[in-house]
Amino acid sequence: MTDPLVLLLRLAQPLRARLLLAVVAGAAATGCGVALLAVSGYLLARASQHPSIVAITAAIVAVRAFSVGRGVFRYAERLTSHDAAFRILADVRVAIYQRLERLAPAGLRSFRSGELVARFVSDVDATQDLVIRGIAPPFAAAVVGAGAVTASLLILAPVAGLLAAALLLAGTAIPLIVVVADSRSRRRTAPGRGELAASLANVLGGAADLHAFGAEATGLATVNAADALLTRLARRSATASGLATGLTAVLSGVALWGVLVLAVAATGSGALGRVPLAVVTLTALAAFDAVSPLAGAALQIGHAHTSASRIAAVLDAPEPVPDPAAPRPLPSGPVRIQLRDARVRYTTDGPLALDGVDLDLEPGRRVALVGPTGAGKSTVAALLLRFCELSAGTATLCGHDMASYAADDVRTLIGGCPQDPHIFATTIGANLRVARPGATDEELADAAGQARLLPWIRSLPEGFDTPVGAHGTAMSGGQQQRLVLARAILANPAVWILDEPTASLEPETRRAITADLLSVTAGRSTLLITHDLECLDQVDEIVVLDTGRVAERGTHLDLLSAAGLYRELWDAHTSRPSRA
Amino acid sequence: MSTKGRAFDPRLLEHARGARGYLAVTVGLGLATTAFVLAQAGLLAHALASATRGTGVRALAGTLVALLFVLLGRAAAGYGGETAAMRAAAIVKSRLRRRMAEHTLALGPSWLAGQQAGEITTLATRGLDALDAYFARYVPQLLLACLVPVAVLARVTVADWLSGVIIAVTLPLIPLFAALVGMYSKDQTQRQWQLLSGLAGHFLDVVEGLPTLKVFGRARAQAEIIRTVSGQHRSATMATLRIAFLSALVLELAAALATALVAVEVGLRLLAGHIGYETALLVLLLTPEAYLPLRNAGAQFHASVEGTVAGGRVFEILDAKPQAPDRAPRARRGSTTAAPDLRGEPLVLADVTLSYPGRPAPALTSVSLTIRPGDRILLSGPSGAGKSSLLGLLLRFAEPTSGQITAGGTDLAAIPVTQWRQQLAWVPQRPYLFAGSVADNIALGVPGAAPSAIRAAAGLAGADDFIMALPFRYDTRLTESGLTLSAGQRQRIALARAFLRDAPLVLLDEPTAHLDAVSAQQIMAVVESLAAGRTVLLASHRKHAVVGATGIIELRHGQLRADGPALPVGPALSAGPVGPALPAGTGDPAGMAIG
Repeated sequence: MTDPLVLLLRLAQPLRARLLLAVVAGAAATGCGVALLAVSGYLLARASQHPSIVAITAAIVAVRAFSVGRGVFRYAERLTSHDAAFRILADVRVAIYQRLERLAPAGLRSFRSGELVARFVSDVDATQDLVIRGIAPPFAAAVVGAGAVTASLLILAPVAGLLAAALLLAGTAIPLIVVVADSRSRRRTAPGRGELAASLANVLGGAADLHAFGAEATGLATVNAADALLTRLARRSATASGLATGLTAVLSGVALWGVLVLAVAATGSGALGRVPLAVVTLTALAAFDAVSPLAGAALQIGHAHTSASRIAAVLDAPEPVPDPAAPRPLPSGPVRIQLRDARVRYTTDGPLALDGVDLDLEPGRRVALVGPTGAGKSTVAALLLRFCELSAGTATLCGHDMASYAADDVRTLIGGCPQDPHIFATTIGANLRVARPGATDEELADAAGQARLLPWIRSLPEGFDTPVGAHGTAMSGGQQQRLVLARAILANPAVWILDEPTASLEPETRRAITADLLSVTAGRSTLLITHDLECLDQVDEIVVLDTGRVAERGTHLDLLSAAGLYRELWDAHTSRPSRA
Repeated sequence: MSTKGRAFDPRLLEHARGARGYLAVTVGLGLATTAFVLAQAGLLAHALASATRGTGVRALAGTLVALLFVLLGRAAAGYGGETAAMRAAAIVKSRLRRRMAEHTLALGPSWLAGQQAGEITTLATRGLDALDAYFARYVPQLLLACLVPVAVLARVTVADWLSGVIIAVTLPLIPLFAALVGMYSKDQTQRQWQLLSGLAGHFLDVVEGLPTLKVFGRARAQAEIIRTVSGQHRSATMATLRIAFLSALVLELAAALATALVAVEVGLRLLAGHIGYETALLVLLLTPEAYLPLRNAGAQFHASVEGTVAGGRVFEILDAKPQAPDRAPRARRGSTTAAPDLRGEPLVLADVTLSYPGRPAPALTSVSLTIRPGDRILLSGPSGAGKSSLLGLLLRFAEPTSGQITAGGTDLAAIPVTQWRQQLAWVPQRPYLFAGSVADNIALGVPGAAPSAIRAAAGLAGADDFIMALPFRYDTRLTESGLTLSAGQRQRIALARAFLRDAPLVLLDEPTAHLDAVSAQQIMAVVESLAAGRTVLLASHRKHAVVGATGIIELRHGQLRADGPALPVGPALSAGPVGPALPAGTGDPAGMAIG
């Protein structure tokens, strides 16, 4: 695998022109700084020889020009390099998004959820350091360093040699040394930070338990342990940071001193005049300004490396459900889905999430999928939505292998309401239009009406334009579910998948929404995944899953009389003693 | 945020004992650096001027050796300053982090309920990292900006008073410009900060919603929107940065022009023979140094704003006051007012009202009820009706706004919180498992419990079987990332905790809400055995879950509606410690169970 930083730099290629501009401006700014001191030295040394004013006029103008130029070029460099960095950031973000889009949701399993998704955002932000501190400053240092060495070479060759060696060391060896010195603590900082975040989140989440059991100290001990590790690592990084500053200063100090000694000796022997003496010494003094930020930048880029590797891991992750090279066009007419002996494994050596499941979804038929947690119900939904692949068995859509269609095409036929539907931090209307972007206001109102959300929306001062907050927190759980149902109504797929549409609602709300769901889906092909056994007498078939296999199938009355797992679930659900 | 835009927050330093050493080191190194700057310029000017007059290396040996020491000294000061600053940042971060964890935990569950735990966590990790730049770059530069210009000005004035005057006149221009630019840009900067955090949130929102977008075939189209939003993000950021860079440019130009003015003035006077070469060189070398720390501090203005903003948010949290302060007099703690034994004493709520600050309607209104030893009470009602608030009062997470809770006639407020809680066991909806062994987790309420006692409690909770099947049995570590237990198993560990605690009053808050029907049934069977010989309060919206309760309390909008079987309305809720009067034929009088 290529180094993640190289991977990111490749994304920066389209912005070569801007980056070049940043490098030129940076070199010009640093060069102006060096030239300013060198010319000032020339000015004073020449003036001390009491020539006519004409002799130093050019130097006076140059001093003014360089001092203004330094500020202006620095401004230009900062502006262009930041602008380029943010443009690259946008490209990285889009590239990551496009990759995440292919991976979600099954391919994101290996990255874990929630916290890591949040981390992607900050990882992308961290890459700007790479562009701002990793591109223009080293190039500028190289250009200015070469210029300073060349100028010195014209004055006194040994000085040029010494300066070249010292600049090269300060620009390459010292950054390398500090990065190596910091590598251990750098590698352990990111996991340590994760540990701290997890323990803190855990303690805050469990505050009630800790108080109730008088165990506040026990909880805080876990946070403090994570903090102690992180602080130890930070202290070690502090030393590396100090080394970066200190070593560069030692090197530049020794080099300046060496240059001075050489130049003074040359002056003493008459090989060097007073003007070149001042110029060459002050050039050496200023030249190190070009390389001194490099060691610190190397440390920061080292830390950005961790972020870059995580980004690279996403960009390189294999697609869980690749599309066929020549996807089959979607069939017209009624949609039939068949699963035969379907088996699914999420990881190659993991257990079977589905273990030989047969399922038929016929036009207009409603099938309910029930079973204990972890029985494989949501895996069936993921399979039908083309979020995961079969490891064995067949899944056909109108007689053809589902994998022979493009996944996006399949989802225009099969849709509805996935598990944990997301409510976006926007308005009610925009959340509904996710399902059908071109929907008219009447269509929105109609769908909301069928989902029994309209009276509430109408009661809001801003109606459909009311923002719902992050994750829809401004809505109650029941309203959120109704919004999700309205989306499904708007999308109106040929086959409806409803995955736990009433999970975590109170009984009264749950009953009301289930009743509405069943009336909306009447006459539509539907797969209803639920914990809730009420009203299941209205569906055509109930499939009971247990540990990935079909335990039972039949109608509500068939299964009740069969006295199997369904009966057991039903009894527990209605709280009647099973062994009365 | 009140501290936003303020460049320096002394509380950041006050809050850390370790920072005092850092400040001393920074001041010391600041003084040393100032001395080194003066010495370096003096020695360098002397060496160059002497060499010009024909003095050789040998004759200049003293000057050169001194210069070498000064240069190395400056390097050492750089190393020490950077290391000390980064370490100070690490110490301050660590202390703030620990204080924050301690304080937020002490503020208790009712305060935390109004907060976003994610925000506090982010603040404690990435948010505090803003202090690195603050301590390592901004504070030392601020200090140097106070020391160096004065010292340089003095030295230059001694050497050449005219140059000194020029510096003295132009130097104040820099802070003046900085203040002007700062005044102009402050509002805009704040507005942009808000916009930026909003845009970052948008990306997160879309990524989290990917599965939903894919179901509706909208995921690919979002790439364009991401590109647009990123473009807006860039323009907004650049608008902020342009101001910051522009202010840096103004400072830079002011300094550059002043330096050029001095250089040219000195050059012309040197030409006319009014000033010596060495003095001219000294002035030339020293003048930029007078402006450098001010320029640097200006360039680090961003670091200062970010640092004070992060610090300000931390202090906001640290300043928050707990809603249920432990008002029990210190003198009584651990001595006379021992908590009444709930095995024999009733718990009485008299006309209790609870309001949370910032919420219009009270969570509980005029609730009166008596809980007698041995009662098994089901607390029912829709979510938001006040069930958890009532349990919270008994847990002492909150204090009644009005009314009184007494145990055996003693006001709860007079009993130290820790003593009171020793009589309680608590089984919440989602029990908290901390990163530690299974045994430690069960022994949460009884640190140092014997392994046999832990195993016995686990056995009673029906947890022994699955724990013995874990890789290291009771020593298996439960970590956030590694081993995951099912919701039912976590609940069994919580129940084992309650068994081990062996407290007379057991409070349960929706212990089966996240379980499927079969698991819920099993857990309720364990709850039934836990209830034997104890007083139990169970909050649940599954009314049918408890057939044999001695009482049912129904809460609606924070008000009591008692309608349990054979229960009188009003304070005397239960019929007695042992024999609840149940309608004929409804099951087992000892159970609250489901069979």
